[in-house]
Amino acid sequence: MSAEAGTASRTSLIEARNVTRILPGIVPTTLVQDIDLSIRENEFVAITGPSGSGKSSLLYLLGLLDLPTSGEVLIRGRATAHMEEEERAFIRLSLLGFVFQFHFLLPEFTILDNVMLPMRALARIPVPTMRRRARELLGSLGLADHVDKRPDQLSGGQRQRVAVARALANEPPIILADEPTGSLDSKASEQVFQVLRELVDSEGKTVVAVTHDLGLAGRMDRRIELLDGRVVSDQKLQRATAAG
Amino acid sequence: MNLIFEIAWTHVRSRVRQTGFAVAGVATGVGFSIMMASLMEGSQNDFTQRLVDTLAHITVSDERRSPPPQPAEKFFASAEIHGLTPQARRPGIKNPLATMAALEAWLPGEVGPSVRVPGIIRYASQDVAVNIVGIDPNREPKISDLPKQMRGATVNALFRATNAIIIGDALSSRIGARIGANITVQTSEGARINAQVVGFFHSGVRSLDERTAYVLIKTAQILSKQTGLINELRIRLRDPLAARDIAMRIENETGYKSVSWQEANEDLLSSFIIRNMIVYAVVGAILLVASFGTYNIIATITHEKARDIAIMKSLGLSEFTVRAIFVVEALIIGLIGGLFGFLLGYLLCRGLGVIRIKSPFIDSDRLPLAYSYLHYLLAAGVALASSAVAGYWPARKAARVHPVDIIRGAT
Repeated sequence: MSAEAGTASRTSLIEARNVTRILPGIVPTTLVQDIDLSIRENEFVAITGPSGSGKSSLLYLLGLLDLPTSGEVLIRGRATAHMEEEERAFIRLSLLGFVFQFHFLLPEFTILDNVMLPMRALARIPVPTMRRRARELLGSLGLADHVDKRPDQLSGGQRQRVAVARALANEPPIILADEPTGSLDSKASEQVFQVLRELVDSEGKTVVAVTHDLGLAGRMDRRIELLDGRVVSDQKLQRATAAG
Repeated sequence: MNLIFEIAWTHVRSRVRQTGFAVAGVATGVGFSIMMASLMEGSQNDFTQRLVDTLAHITVSDERRSPPPQPAEKFFASAEIHGLTPQARRPGIKNPLATMAALEAWLPGEVGPSVRVPGIIRYASQDVAVNIVGIDPNREPKISDLPKQMRGATVNALFRATNAIIIGDALSSRIGARIGANITVQTSEGARINAQVVGFFHSGVRSLDERTAYVLIKTAQILSKQTGLINELRIRLRDPLAARDIAMRIENETGYKSVSWQEANEDLLSSFIIRNMIVYAVVGAILLVASFGTYNIIATITHEKARDIAIMKSLGLSEFTVRAIFVVEALIIGLIGGLFGFLLGYLLCRGLGVIRIKSPFIDSDRLPLAYSYLHYLLAAGVALASSAVAGYWPARKAARVHPVDIIRGAT
C-alpha cells in the first residue's frame, strides 16, 4: 500500500490526499470532504457536479490558491501544506496556469502586457524574449492582430483566449480552468475548448477544467463528478468525440 | 522591479484627477515647508549676523566667574566663619599690554583694549543709565563694526573735542540730544564731566542703541577715577563660530572671565531652538495632513483594484510584489508632489522676497530669506517618507487579500 502510494506520487502531477476544506464561521460550511485523487501527466480532466458541489473549491485547493483544513495536496510529489505563502506563490507562477470563468485581465494593460505579466514576475528570460514568446502564443491562439489592444476592445471569446495565453506564459505543465466557457456563447466556448484540447493532444499539457457543461465534459479524457463535496464517480472516457 | 514600477505607474496615470489631488496635497505641504524653513533660517541668520557684527566676538573682562574667597576661608575650611565678604581686588586687567601681546601671539583675530564704566547721562533733566565704553578710535575698525555703524560722523570725531562722546541713536532721540549738545556724564565713583555729543551710531540692537556711549579710553579712565585702567579686552575673530572654544582657552590662560557672543546671547539663541521646534512641528503637521491624502488615494486604488490584486496573486505574484506596487504608487505621488512642491516653495520664497514690510526688529524692509538646498531635501525627504508610510498600510492590507475570496465572489 505504502509502496504503491510512493510510485503514484512519482508519476502523478497533482495528488490530493484526504483533502477536506471547511469554511469557518458561525455555521461552518464544508466545501469538500475526504477527496483522494491523483492527476497524471497529459490528462484532460473534467470536474463536474451541480452548483455548490465543491467543484471550484476543489480546483482552488489543487491549484494552491486555498489551503485544505486537513489533508494534503502534493504537486509533483511535493507536499505543500507546510510551505510558506511565497513558496506556494512561486509554484503557482512556475508550474500552474489558471483560467477563470471571467477573463480577469488587467484592464489598463494591453493584451501583450497581460500575457507577459507572469513571465515578468518570474523573470527567467530577458524581456525581448518574453515579448517574442507572448506574440507567438497570442498568434497561435489567433490573436496576432490584437496584441496592442486593451481587454475591453475584445470579444468575450477573444478575452478568454488571452487568459489562456496568459496561463501558458511560463510554460507550466498544468492548466487549471474554472468554468472557462461559463460566460461564453456556444461558438466562443467551442473555440476555447478546442484550444484546451489542443494543449493536451499536441503539447502534452495536463488540463483540469471545472465545468457544468456535460456536453463538453463528455469530450474530455476523464470525468470526476462531485456531489456535496465528495467524489461520486471518477471515470475514463472514450475518445469517440475527438474525430467528430 | 521594473514590472512593479510599470504597474504602479499605470495605476497612477489612469487616475489623473484623484492622483492630482493627492499630488497637490503633497506639493502644498512641501512648498510651504520650504517657504517656512527659508523664512525661518533667513530671519535667524539675519539676526545672528547682526549680533555677531555688533558685539565683540569675545569680551575679556576683569571679573572672575566667582569671586575669590578670603584666605581665612581657605585655611580654616572646617570651621565656619561668619560675615566674610569676598576678597577685594583692584579693578582692571593686570598688565594689559603684556596680556594682549600674549593673546596676539596665537589668536586668530584682533584684540583691542577698552574701559567699561557704568554711568548716568543727564541731559535736559533726564537721567539715563548707560554703559560708557572707552575705546581707541584707531583700533576700532579692526575689532568692531562701530565705524560702519556711525551716523553723521566718524569714530575719529572723538578726537575733535574735549570729552567727546558718541551715543546710540535711540538714546539721542530719547533724551533729545543732537550733535554738539553738551551732556553731563556721572559715574558711581563720583566723577562728573561735561561731554559733547560728536556723533551717533546705529547698531540695530535696541539695547545697545539705547544704553551705550563711546568715549576715548582716557576719558573713561577719568570717569572711573583710575589712571591706566583697562578692564576689558574686546576680540574680533576671523571665524565667529569658533568664539566659544577660544573664549574658554583665553579664560584658562588668563584667568579672566571671557564671554563669547554665543554665551552673551544664550537666551536669544535658545529661543531660536524653541522657534525652530514650533516651525518643524507646523511643517510636520502640514506634511502629515498631505500624507492623509496619499493614504486616501492608495486605499481607494487598492479597493478598486481588489480584483486585479486577486488575479495577480493567483497568477503567482508574491505578496511582496503586490505590496511593493502600492508603496511605489505612494512614492510616485510623493515624488511628483515633492517636485511640484520645490517649484511652489521657490516661487513662494521669491514672492515673499518682493513684499516690502516695516518691522521694528529688522532694519531692511525686505523679509530675510535663506535659500538652501537643505530645506528642499528635508521637505522632500519627509514628504517621501510620509508617503511611503501612508502607502504601506493600505498596501499591506491589499497584499494580504485571499485571492479565492474575490474570485469566488466574482463567479
